[in-house]
Amino acid sequence: MYVAVKGGERAIDAAHEWLADERRGDTCIPALSVAQIREQLALAVNRVMAEGSLYDPDLAALAIKQARGDLIEAVFLIRAYRTTLPRFGASVPVDTAKMAVSRRVSATFKDLPGGQILGPTFDYTHRLLDFALMAEGEAAGSPPPTPTPIPSPQGGGGAATPQIPHVMSFLNRDGLIETDAAGDATPPDLTREPMELPASRPLRLQSLTRGDEGFILSLAYSTQRGYGRTHAFVGELRIGTVAVEMDIPELGFAVEIGEVELTECETVNQFTGSKTEPPQFTRGYGLVFGQTERKAIAMSLVDRALRWRELGEDFVGAPAQDEEFVLMHADNVQATGFLEHIKLPHYVDFQSELELIRRLRAEAMAQKEAAE
Amino acid sequence: MTAQDYNFAYLDEQTKRMIRRAILKGVAVPGYQVPFASREMPMPYGWGTGGVQVTAACLTPDDTLKVIDQGADDTTNAVSIRKFFQRTAAVAVTEATAEATIIQTRHRIPEAALTEGQILVYQVPIPEPLRFLEPRETETRKMHELEEYGLMHVKLYEDIARHGHIATAYAYPVKVEGRYVMDPSPIPRFDNPKLSDCPAIQLFGAGREQRIYALPPYTRVVSLDFEDHPFEASKAPHDCDLCGASDSYLDEVITDDEGGRMFVCSDTDFCRGRVAAGHIGRLGAPDLAQEAAE
Repeated sequence: MYVAVKGGERAIDAAHEWLADERRGDTCIPALSVAQIREQLALAVNRVMAEGSLYDPDLAALAIKQARGDLIEAVFLIRAYRTTLPRFGASVPVDTAKMAVSRRVSATFKDLPGGQILGPTFDYTHRLLDFALMAEGEAAGSPPPTPTPIPSPQGGGGAATPQIPHVMSFLNRDGLIETDAAGDATPPDLTREPMELPASRPLRLQSLTRGDEGFILSLAYSTQRGYGRTHAFVGELRIGTVAVEMDIPELGFAVEIGEVELTECETVNQFTGSKTEPPQFTRGYGLVFGQTERKAIAMSLVDRALRWRELGEDFVGAPAQDEEFVLMHADNVQATGFLEHIKLPHYVDFQSELELIRRLRAEAMAQKEAAE
Repeated sequence: MTAQDYNFAYLDEQTKRMIRRAILKGVAVPGYQVPFASREMPMPYGWGTGGVQVTAACLTPDDTLKVIDQGADDTTNAVSIRKFFQRTAAVAVTEATAEATIIQTRHRIPEAALTEGQILVYQVPIPEPLRFLEPRETETRKMHELEEYGLMHVKLYEDIARHGHIATAYAYPVKVEGRYVMDPSPIPRFDNPKLSDCPAIQLFGAGREQRIYALPPYTRVVSLDFEDHPFEASKAPHDCDLCGASDSYLDEVITDDEGGRMFVCSDTDFCRGRVAAGHIGRLGAPDLAQEAAE
């Protein structure tokens, strides 16, 4: 009885020990190394990096190991670490046109400069369990080809990185797609400033790219099923590495400080025009760390749905159009924390409810009796 | 994690400064919810990240910290938060309300009267008192700006019309200095009168919702009510079974599967103090009560 709430300290220590034990599992089975997770569970690592907003495959792999494979817990570990890191500044915007692509597909054109590059995708695999993997062997089939350098459509021009132009630029030449002026304004940082609504598009995109994959996926799916339909085509999906450059004030020019793998998705959305905008194609945009194409596509659909106001469309009351609904509920670390906190003690609140219900009930019963 | 790896009380000084600015603004505008750039803390949202950040920003090496959850010092999360600050700030800790300079609390105000110089830090889940009447932040901020609280009064009125009582048992809304309607965090309404005219500084931190608000010492705080249905602070109609107190908030503890119940003070420090002073409740000394449990 009352002892149940005593001895919290000892209970916590014991729980931590038990947890460590469970995390390791059967000690007859060799322990996973962080490098194994990084190399062989790369898509989980990518998700943790994307939603943890920290590009570090080793730390993401460590977090997955420590979290026993609970990816939201791993995201949380990364976020809590990330928040302690100093900020040196902002990078120069990454140039995804210069991406060293491993995959690049367009659903809107059969062929296009730069070509369709299928890359390492599950798309056309048959989802049959490969029991050879279970036998701890390698999968049957030939080893993957070593990636060949992708020929630059411009003939190289001496640049080390071949340039694959964005599909959007072809449509743009005909004025068929909306253009967005380039700007060099410092984007807001939602980890340093409290979220203020209505949010600018950069802030919305920031929130979406670190938002929960499942939540963004379902919202995007809902727009496809008619809750704020946006008629999206995948104009282009590309995955690859880009250089990250930073302006060094002492030097007066930008220096490459590393590279990151990104997935970029641009949707082309039919748009018949509104009071303020002529008929044209409009865009949705997704950019996510790592090979995370489900997330990037979903993000671009949700981004487009959220743009109803600036395009002069109607708000039809769809969840994916509702900026406050989307942005306030996209973060899984916030969501899981608040959801799970209801398992913490609530004796006091519950007690006050108990008294209230007893009182209301007693009065209701008395009234009923009096009536009979 | 060792203390040396992190700054005093975990947060870096820039972050503390940002939080202190929000606190000062909150103190200057009592009851107003100040947005602040809440950080991701090493404990989950919902576990008191707002309170922890406010405490971290207020702590000095000379402080004595008390942490309670549901009124008790030994509930698991209170233990965990206290340990966090012992580890990262190496401050003195206490369970005695009177000895503490900073008290972080979840869901209760200590029974013992607070004094000048003390700081009471509340953990807040949903800082917006109007949230369950209007889910949109963009709307509720406007309502506060315009002092448009009709919706809240309608809700309370409807409660009375339907149930004969205001059906809010905890997180009972208050009005601060005649201006802002404020959520006192999910304290039982029994605790509401202690909010007003309190000599201590009361600070409220909501981490996930990124809001801080405050009641400076001796602020007038009024629980919302109607002339013909005045506010009533209520508790279980019993005395504490351990210390016999008739004026403290009680936890109801189920003692067997035949409807057996005991009522004990939720404020463990208060109860222990009374027992030590020789007060004895229905089930005698705490030792007896524990034996009965085993």
